[in-house]
Amino acid sequence: MIEHDIVIVGAGPAGMAAAVAAYDSGVTDVVLLDREDSSGGILRQCIHNGFGLHKLGKELTGPEYAAHYQKEVAKRNIKVYNETMVTSVSPDRIVTAQNREGILKINAKAVILAMGCRERSRGALNICGTRPAGVYSAGTAQKLINCEGYNVGKRVVILGSGDIGLIMARRMSLEGAKVEAVCEIMPYSGGLTRNIVQCLEDFGIPLYLSHTVAEIHGKKRVEGVTIAQVDENRCVIEETKRYIPCDTLLLSVGLIPENELTRNADIPIDPITNGAIVDENRQTAVEGIFACGNVLQVHDLVDYVSDEAELAGMGAAAYVLGKLKPQSTVKTTPGNGVRYVLPQRVSTNKDEDIALFLRVTKPFGKVKFTVRSGENILATAVRLKAAPGEMEKIVIKADKMPLITNDITVALEEL
Amino acid sequence: MNHDVIIAGAGVTGSMIARELSKYNLSVCVLEKEYDVAMGASKANSGIVHGGFDPEPDTLKAKLNVEGVEMLFEAAEMLNVPYKRNGSMVCAFCKEEEPALHELYERGIKNGVKGMKLLSGDEARAIESELSEKITLVLHVPSAGIICPYELTVASIGNAMDNGVHLRRNFEISDIKHQDNTFTVTSKKGESVSGCYFINSAGCYADVIAQLAGDCDFKIIPRAGQYLLLDKTEGGRVLHTIFQVPSIEGKGILVSPTVDGNLLTGPTAAVVDTPENKEITPEGIEQVIRLAAKSVPNVRFNQVITSFCGVRSSESGGDFIIKASEKIKGLIHAAAIDSPGLSSCVAIAKYIVDLLKNTGLDMKEKNDWNGHREDPHAFRKMNDEQKNEFIKQNPDYGKIVCRCETVSEGEIRAAIKRNPPAYDVDAVKRRTRSGMGRCQGGFCAPFVMKLISEEHGIPMEKITKKGEGSEMVIGKL
Repeated sequence: MIEHDIVIVGAGPAGMAAAVAAYDSGVTDVVLLDREDSSGGILRQCIHNGFGLHKLGKELTGPEYAAHYQKEVAKRNIKVYNETMVTSVSPDRIVTAQNREGILKINAKAVILAMGCRERSRGALNICGTRPAGVYSAGTAQKLINCEGYNVGKRVVILGSGDIGLIMARRMSLEGAKVEAVCEIMPYSGGLTRNIVQCLEDFGIPLYLSHTVAEIHGKKRVEGVTIAQVDENRCVIEETKRYIPCDTLLLSVGLIPENELTRNADIPIDPITNGAIVDENRQTAVEGIFACGNVLQVHDLVDYVSDEAELAGMGAAAYVLGKLKPQSTVKTTPGNGVRYVLPQRVSTNKDEDIALFLRVTKPFGKVKFTVRSGENILATAVRLKAAPGEMEKIVIKADKMPLITNDITVALEEL
Repeated sequence: MNHDVIIAGAGVTGSMIARELSKYNLSVCVLEKEYDVAMGASKANSGIVHGGFDPEPDTLKAKLNVEGVEMLFEAAEMLNVPYKRNGSMVCAFCKEEEPALHELYERGIKNGVKGMKLLSGDEARAIESELSEKITLVLHVPSAGIICPYELTVASIGNAMDNGVHLRRNFEISDIKHQDNTFTVTSKKGESVSGCYFINSAGCYADVIAQLAGDCDFKIIPRAGQYLLLDKTEGGRVLHTIFQVPSIEGKGILVSPTVDGNLLTGPTAAVVDTPENKEITPEGIEQVIRLAAKSVPNVRFNQVITSFCGVRSSESGGDFIIKASEKIKGLIHAAAIDSPGLSSCVAIAKYIVDLLKNTGLDMKEKNDWNGHREDPHAFRKMNDEQKNEFIKQNPDYGKIVCRCETVSEGEIRAAIKRNPPAYDVDAVKRRTRSGMGRCQGGFCAPFVMKLISEEHGIPMEKITKKGEGSEMVIGKL
């Protein structure tokens, strides 16, 4: 058994930003454990640009954004264990991992969970038909193309208009493939508007809303798919079925935080975010264990992952330094039009701003968000439009803290 | 080379026959039309070791099932194939269904099944708490169990190969000639193999092969069964395998834990035009969900990680067809092996050995036969100290490739090389569980491709998911 002050599980954008923030907050004994052969996580395969505009004030590719943090980590002499898979985290913060050297057991004063997320697979969708080669989750295809240098198909249909799917529509077009269609089962896209414009519209790729892939055809390799429109219950409308010949089906149908370690550590999970329930320091319900990034909630932009990870890093450092005392908290709950609010708990006696992050249940026009604690209004915010694909941030100012008497509700009204 | 025995089909039946024959001083060759073993019903079935109450008394099914259960568990021990004697429960949902349960109970007694008990709904719910409140009577069969059918097939053919049996994959039989007591078998690609005895264990194609061999008096009816497999989060939902009393909707949908800790629901039963029709249909999914929920209402179907379909080889007579041809000397059929074929596979193999002995084949036991197969899962069973020591000697075991099922590079490399070697991504999946978990290969597939490429010297562009024509990538950028 070895000992470290802070052990971070995962050296993607969240883990690295958390490590840097923890170090800069005064805890220098920080280690990062990562299963891949170098740090950076999923950014390593995101060779497109658009990263860093908010956080670093410049537009970078994924590997460039990762490199920024890799440098910051290296500058601080923070140790990164690569090809090291964490197999368990115990509630008393013993982290077990394995790599080519053997089994590693670390007794940590604080643990930060930053494992990221995985893509929902075909199996979870119950798509009918056969099970041939050529059905990939968009991220797997992205890795084969961008990291391994192999092309995966010539005629492509994409199910799901999540950002990775949109990015891959453009990527495959650039590699000479014909992207026949992007089908989205919802009446709206979950992707960022800028991606719909830059990745579909600019390439003349049709986006079919309220459409799904009803059937996959082909015995050995995909030969085609049947797409169809769906009704308001997301059931296939038979008359709208239409066959599209293709050799590849990419799935971009949602991301699932990888919380197996979290569950095994008996950390309570929010059934909506599929991530741990945390407070404003991103501390979970198990003392000394923090979580941030896509393992906590799936983010739209890596910049926000880094922001969130800094909160977790500072929180973990404060915990190690004995500055984070247990405090009384209230719950935050989603009200009208709001799907979830994070953090799910906030302290009542803080004297600094607390930012709430939330997603709406469906697309709205102009809305006003109101944050209430009992009868007291803590904050309001007006948006010209709101959509599930774009996370909202509402700040409760420090001077409103005394008004927190009861659980907090965030609700919207349409204007 | 002239073999003593040719076996057509490397499903669980053919593989287990091969293993039994590997005990003797015989040259045995197994011909498989697919790229891997266990590609028919052996890949996609319920994985149930049946107690033996179901088959009609005095049939081959009844005899070989009841005899075969203990033989199967013994073989599984030797081959290091995980199994569990979890017991099964057959449920009646109303008074009208109860007589059928009594009948099954009586039949079980006649067939020699031990330990069966009829339980009231409440008694059953006391030991299986998630059972539906509507269940009124349950037949509890403690001798039943679960096993992974493709792992058993891989292990038995692998063990047979370790003992000298030859396996030819991608050998689709197009012609069989019988002359001078020798069968000459030719493949579609023009290769040929000859042997004195020919065992037809070709599953859904057993009638086609029988025809080619010159003596066919049966017709295989392919029956497709669709399944939904759920994540390990649902694996503990039930302890027993839960059946339903056969009703107008067929034999009923089962809900069962698997040896790997998942939850399995299915199968449907529909006669299909061809054994290649393994499609998942909306009706199939609907039926599985509706009927599984009838037995165990709380199953969370949003935890489904994959769906699959297996095609069983049935025959109108309803029994196994295991016999020596009277017309063609040396031809033996092991056909129409549908349920309880998995439970009976070792008994079937021994039965075939007896048939061969009766036909006068000179069978001398080898003195160096080794029926044990090294445990492919030895590493994951070790404690942390043992793992630590093992990794220091074999560093590849420290690198995890499949994160969902925690499968290491060392385990994958070993599975790619050992008998029967794996050449495809799905073949690796069935041997190691890499890609079998909740992400379904999303993360590990590219890495598994690289390992196959390295171990067998196959270029990445030629690596397939499931044999020729299913290449994973179409070329270099």
